[in-house]
Amino acid sequence: MKPEMKLIFEKSREGRTGYQVPDTGVESVDPRAHLGRWFREDIAGFPELSEPEVVRHFVNLSKLNYSIDEGMYPLGSCTMKYNPKINETTAAMDGFAGVHPYWPERQIQGALRLMRDLEHLLCEITGLAAFSLQPAAGAHGELTGMLMVTAHNKSRGEKRDVVLIPDSAHGTNPSSAHICGLKVQQIASNTRGRLDLESLRAHISPSVAALMITNPNTLGLFEDEIAKIAGMLHEAGAQLYMDGANMNALLGKVRPGDLGVDVLHLNLHKTFSTPHGGGGPGAGPVGAAKHLERFRPVPVIEEHDGQLRFASNRPDSVGKVKGFYGNFGMLVRAYTYILSLGASGLREIAEAAVLNANYVRAKLSDRYHLPYSCLNMHEVILSDKKQMVHGVTTLNIAKRLMDYGFHPPTIYFPLIVSGAMMIEPTESEPLDEIDRFIAAMRAIADEAETNPDIVKNAPHSTTVQKLDEARAARTPILRWKP
Amino acid sequence: MTYPENYRYTKEHEWIALEGDVGTIGITDFAQRELGDIILVDLPKAGAHLDEHQTMGTVESVKAVSEIYSPITGDVIEVNDSLASAPEKVNQDPHGAAWFVKVKVSNPAAADALMTADQYADYIQQKAGS
Amino acid sequence: MAGRYIPLTEDEKRRMLEAVGVASIDALFEAIPAELRQRGELKIAGPQSELEVERHLASLADLNTHSCLSFVGAGAYQHHIPAHVGQTALRSEFSTAYTPYQPEISQGTLQAVFEFQTMMCQLTGLDISNASLYDGATATAEAMLMSNRANDRKTFLIPRSLHPEYRAVCRTYAANLGFNLVEIGFGADGRSDLAEAASAAGADLSAIILQSPNFFGCLEDWTEAARIAHAHDALAVAVTAEALSLALIKSPGECGCDIAVGEAQSFGIPVSFGGPYLGFLAARQKLVRNMPGRLVGQTIDKNGRRGYVLTLATREQHIRREKATSNICTNQGLCALMATIYMATLGRRGLRDLACLNLSQAAYLRKAIESSRKMRVRFSGTCFNELVVDLGRSSKEVQERLQDRGVIAGLPLGVFFPELATTLLLCVTETARREDIDTLVRELEAVL
Repeated sequence: MKPEMKLIFEKSREGRTGYQVPDTGVESVDPRAHLGRWFREDIAGFPELSEPEVVRHFVNLSKLNYSIDEGMYPLGSCTMKYNPKINETTAAMDGFAGVHPYWPERQIQGALRLMRDLEHLLCEITGLAAFSLQPAAGAHGELTGMLMVTAHNKSRGEKRDVVLIPDSAHGTNPSSAHICGLKVQQIASNTRGRLDLESLRAHISPSVAALMITNPNTLGLFEDEIAKIAGMLHEAGAQLYMDGANMNALLGKVRPGDLGVDVLHLNLHKTFSTPHGGGGPGAGPVGAAKHLERFRPVPVIEEHDGQLRFASNRPDSVGKVKGFYGNFGMLVRAYTYILSLGASGLREIAEAAVLNANYVRAKLSDRYHLPYSCLNMHEVILSDKKQMVHGVTTLNIAKRLMDYGFHPPTIYFPLIVSGAMMIEPTESEPLDEIDRFIAAMRAIADEAETNPDIVKNAPHSTTVQKLDEARAARTPILRWKP
Repeated sequence: MTYPENYRYTKEHEWIALEGDVGTIGITDFAQRELGDIILVDLPKAGAHLDEHQTMGTVESVKAVSEIYSPITGDVIEVNDSLASAPEKVNQDPHGAAWFVKVKVSNPAAADALMTADQYADYIQQKAGS
Repeated sequence: MAGRYIPLTEDEKRRMLEAVGVASIDALFEAIPAELRQRGELKIAGPQSELEVERHLASLADLNTHSCLSFVGAGAYQHHIPAHVGQTALRSEFSTAYTPYQPEISQGTLQAVFEFQTMMCQLTGLDISNASLYDGATATAEAMLMSNRANDRKTFLIPRSLHPEYRAVCRTYAANLGFNLVEIGFGADGRSDLAEAASAAGADLSAIILQSPNFFGCLEDWTEAARIAHAHDALAVAVTAEALSLALIKSPGECGCDIAVGEAQSFGIPVSFGGPYLGFLAARQKLVRNMPGRLVGQTIDKNGRRGYVLTLATREQHIRREKATSNICTNQGLCALMATIYMATLGRRGLRDLACLNLSQAAYLRKAIESSRKMRVRFSGTCFNELVVDLGRSSKEVQERLQDRGVIAGLPLGVFFPELATTLLLCVTETARREDIDTLVRELEAVL
């Protein structure tokens, strides 16, 4: 067994450093005298190591992670697809990575053109009128979109303070709406796993600002009554917000704007292949229909005499949502990706993603309970109902998958399915890898019957085993101390 | 675990034990098992007024937050401060050492409307079966 | 023809469709009503080969200047980044992993975040730090929301010396929450008028939000801000846009502040036209339940082995939904990793030495400006690596003229402060050599 990994602070030795300060030719000041009462004596406990030690530490840490570059990562709703390496090359180009956000406009025409082109591409893909690339992540996009809806209502002198959210929604939806001062009302799902129109009708009122819908929803099902839903909302003067987290299923197949969506966010780190980075950074551009365009955050990009520039004088704008202009580096990556694929490539992505997910369903439907047994889109939901008889739960199955060399699916979400396992293979997986995953899932189903303990005590192969989360939360240790 | 005969129970899985006009409130063994490892109990301060069916605090486990509803109307006279440093007591002894608050009850007779131990046992049986 | 990122062959697709029991790919999409489906292809050229795409992106990159001498800072700092920082952070195992929800196979990310949290605590002098926020501007807005949660009050003192974009984001976040944002002016020393702050503070004060070094590069008095805030049972929020300064300047914790937020882009993250950057938020232990964002904690596994997990998750949106402490989910994980590698490399000595060099660079620039008869240093306050120079005429015009001479001479402040339309905010990091600073001063004098 590998020895326990030390913390970087525990490897520190007084007197070491991994950095040599450059000689700029400028005479050094005495910081104590210069700073006076502001002077700080020391950064107690800060590590001291040479460069090779630092590199080894982090390379060894990296080996404790599972990643998409190692194998299938079927984490539903997260779209763990392959992240092309060319995207890293382009984002790191000195003409992008080395450009300061406050350089004068004449020096940044390339960056502005890239952003403008990307806005146009996203408009084409979604069928919406305008985009803002500023939100830093999906939840930030939700916040921005709902701020725009709120500004729109205010501009019409309407007080609408209710947002409708399906019970299958991501937790970010209600949380983002809350920051806009909106009250959340939950809409039920029907037996087909879609938004229940009766429940919606009962909640529609002059106070409703918007419905936030995810389409395909978190059950991996297309909201097939979306046009009717849009009609009901618009009739009541409310907006239709679409959480575009699952846009991977729709690329080149259907455009949200054509469904009556008024405002949506995309997750460039899901659909458009920018790496998840162990938790970020992402980017959550927001698209808007014509009537909401003027509420976009500032600045927006405008063209004058062939030159592009930022415009901030926009009286209806919700204001600034982020410093500078968004996670530009992620925009370069997504732009590179869209150009690489073109229209046919984007469409093939949706097709392969949907085919792979349906194939997984077909091959596991005899061994796992399917709460919704119809054709699905880019992801399929299973539950642990059949395994519970043997005392084996979704959590156990997830942990056991690690022993078979896979990252588990998203588990216990959406909340409306007991013991949910949400599997999203994405388009990136070769059939052989999908078959290997299916074989692992079937083997675990066998084990649940014949040797449930091996499943219940999983994982067995990882460097650390089941971690005591209650202990971590009861007496939190959130930092190292000497 | 058995449910004490002299307690009364709510549908939201709180219990109350009355002695004269002083009621002791906690959550049931069923509730703690549903929640799993309890990591935090957030309780009202002494002197706070509680209304029947209104939120009086929250119980948190590693992956869930559950609101606690007051079974009765009254004023808090004592809070079990030991739960702040040892929330795991709720998992270990929910009907005893892990009581939450003591309340001076305005109308003790109101507790008669709550479930008895037998009724509550039937109630959770049904819930488990559904 | 399958794209280079899509492995399935036509034959495999046929076999899979058969297993699913549908006749065609189109049939898989039957849940989408026919009249809603897109007709024809999107109007997007391609697919293009990698070579073509790379050439196109390079041509766009070349439209941006990147060979000028630049003296722009103002919240985004051009520091040298050691080569191994990017190379190590971009390893597949880090960059292509998701949020560490499954701790057994995410210990690399989790331990690195734990180390990041520790370093941010050490730098800020506070007890706890989260795993990152989007950037300095949104972190400041999150500190405002956090203060409101902690004391249920709605008035915030927001000095004008706080980065204008940070102020603007605070206003956006506060727009629908009924908050009262009170601006505080600045004096001839470039520092906030804390006497004005003291008289504006009242019973509804939630927090004072004070940036140091402030937007003008001047050091502010966090100790006094904390004293004023605490006199009203309110919180003191320390903001830092140039995190390197924390290595040499008395920490927010030592000054008595309750929350420290800011931008840590300086730690190994390229300027990259404004993002992705690294927002941070640290606080006193008593505020832990009000913290936004993810937290990593230490624990043990079933064999007693040390390990790390995401913890106190009940604060977060996926559990508490509309009652969560923030809506944040995806954060800036990889940027936090880059900062951790950077801080570990420079370490206790290197970080202070580098901060001292930045301080010296600005002192040299200041002296050069003070000895010029054509311009003057606008504010008398002590600086870190930025200062404001007054040119006595439109700084925007001067800055434009210098562009033609290969120098980007800082940020003309008129765009944010009409009364400072004759000034430039100049930044000198370790990337400027003495002769570069001399060139700047010479070129400024030449056009004045």
